[in-house]
Amino acid sequence: MHALKLILRNALRHKIRSGLTVFGLLIAVLAYGLLQTVIDAWYAGADAASRTRLITRSSISLAFSLPVSYESRIRGVDGVTTVARSTWFGAIYKEPKNFFPQFAVSANYLDLYPEFLLPEAERQAWLRDRKGALVGRQLADQYGFKVGDVIPLRGAIYPGDWQFVVRGIFDGADETKITRQMLFHWDYLNESLRQRAGRRADQVGVFIVGINAPERAAEISRAVDAQFQNSVAETLTETEQAFQLSFVSMSNEIIAAIRVVSYVVILIILAVMANTMAMSARERTAEHATLKALGFGPGFVALLIFGESMAICAVGGGLGLWLTPYAAAGFKQAAGGMFPIFAVSQSTVIAQMACALLVGVAAAIVPAVQASRVRIVDGLRSVG
Amino acid sequence: MPVEAVAPPLVEIRHLARAYHRGGQIVPVLTDITLDIQRGEFTALMGPSGSGKSTLLNLIAGIDKPDSGLLRVGGLDITTLAECELADWRSHNVGFIFQFYNLMPVLSAYENVELPLTLTGLSRAERRERVELTLSMVGLADRMDHHPSELSGGQQQRVAIARAIIADPMLIVADEPTGDLDRQSASEILAMLQRLNTELGTTIIMVTHDAHAAKTARRLIYLEKGELLLERSAA
Repeated sequence: MHALKLILRNALRHKIRSGLTVFGLLIAVLAYGLLQTVIDAWYAGADAASRTRLITRSSISLAFSLPVSYESRIRGVDGVTTVARSTWFGAIYKEPKNFFPQFAVSANYLDLYPEFLLPEAERQAWLRDRKGALVGRQLADQYGFKVGDVIPLRGAIYPGDWQFVVRGIFDGADETKITRQMLFHWDYLNESLRQRAGRRADQVGVFIVGINAPERAAEISRAVDAQFQNSVAETLTETEQAFQLSFVSMSNEIIAAIRVVSYVVILIILAVMANTMAMSARERTAEHATLKALGFGPGFVALLIFGESMAICAVGGGLGLWLTPYAAAGFKQAAGGMFPIFAVSQSTVIAQMACALLVGVAAAIVPAVQASRVRIVDGLRSVG
Repeated sequence: MPVEAVAPPLVEIRHLARAYHRGGQIVPVLTDITLDIQRGEFTALMGPSGSGKSTLLNLIAGIDKPDSGLLRVGGLDITTLAECELADWRSHNVGFIFQFYNLMPVLSAYENVELPLTLTGLSRAERRERVELTLSMVGLADRMDHHPSELSGGQQQRVAIARAIIADPMLIVADEPTGDLDRQSASEILAMLQRLNTELGTTIIMVTHDAHAAKTARRLIYLEKGELLLERSAA
């Protein structure tokens, strides 16, 4: 009880110094949490990928499309249940800054994505309208799209002005599903291309391949690719997760940099905290020597320093943890649609707590050992 | 003729030596000190700076260790005790009074005095009773909740005296207890120490530069260059 009293009162002894250290810890734990959440957000698409979906694309690059005629041959591969078309449209909504993904998809596309929930009436309305489009809930919320609205797009990959009518708004089955995209009929794009640029017609960006057994994914992928070996457009088939991770890997250096920065932030606060504890312990050398003279052991003196360090870290880290979800929400809003899924994960919260704990312990080790070892007669001579 | 039993000395020192290492050199501080201090004595250690009086006090109090010689306190050779055993021994047997009081600034007068008792098995109620009684003895019953910064130097030293006697130690060591006080406060502190010695029979060893303070003691030991130079008894 006495130890706790001494710890708490010592922690509050230099209010400005302790306050600034707490603030530094708050910022460090908060920054660490946000940076880790940014990394998690990068992997969110891959984490949400289905194990029953494969992606077949050109083996050369995603920039190259595949003939639509491949579809029937892929469907014929043993283990394949469904094949859907998907082509990246990449148009601009009003201004380039209003970026959101648009895909020209086949009518059966949503059969492969049960995690997207669309009322049947809206689905039928979309199927009936060749210029119809479906928008995800996050996208609809961001731009205020409603059913019946016209979305004008300026083509970048497919030049010209395009107009789509919102026929439905789909939701994600849970909050981990990204619903920040727009889908419209591949048939409409293809017909338009036949008129505008016939050479680009009958091409598909990627085929989404539904399979009946996830454990056969590798075997089915090989079987699909074997179909088009030595053809003009060879394919590369991989799981949806591998496909998503290939996008993430393009940003590996950025992710590594973010990761390093998050650790550097913790190292900096560790140095600040260690300095604070060293100063505190040094100022109290005579007090520690007095306690030892009175009969308190070296362990008690070490406990006071560890306790003070942990108390400061508990307050700073606790405040940082408490503020992280609010800061994440603000960050998500400020980042626009860049991170559709930006939620602080449980593992990030645990890592934040571990960092605060680590800083508390590591910062106190040297001062605590020194204080516990100081000779009483030397300590009593010291001036705080 | 009946033989009167002679009580063993509380502090028994034989051929005690202590040196410090400074910059690769060995500086002798105490050389061949032999001395007995009886129970109930009030002893003043005097001498010029560097004479070794504080070192001798520290050795007797068990916060420093001699290089050679015998040092028994209460019949126990404290030079053989390990660090933690020595700490435990100090908590039960030695009360400390320092020149600069050495109170915990974050604790109140009450809590400072209670501190040594937290190392005993006394209950909270028992501790309270003893602390209140002891603070009353030193005339600070009305200042229990005050922190050291809210007390004068003399009052702080009285809190330190209360802390020193609270666990009823067999020995009180005081290192320049009046060195930081004005004449009036110093006289009060010395009178208090004298009362402790005469009324309660507490053994006190006090280091002082002040001849006036030394007169309070019943025995004077003068050291110079690490050696006992003079002994005088007030009686």
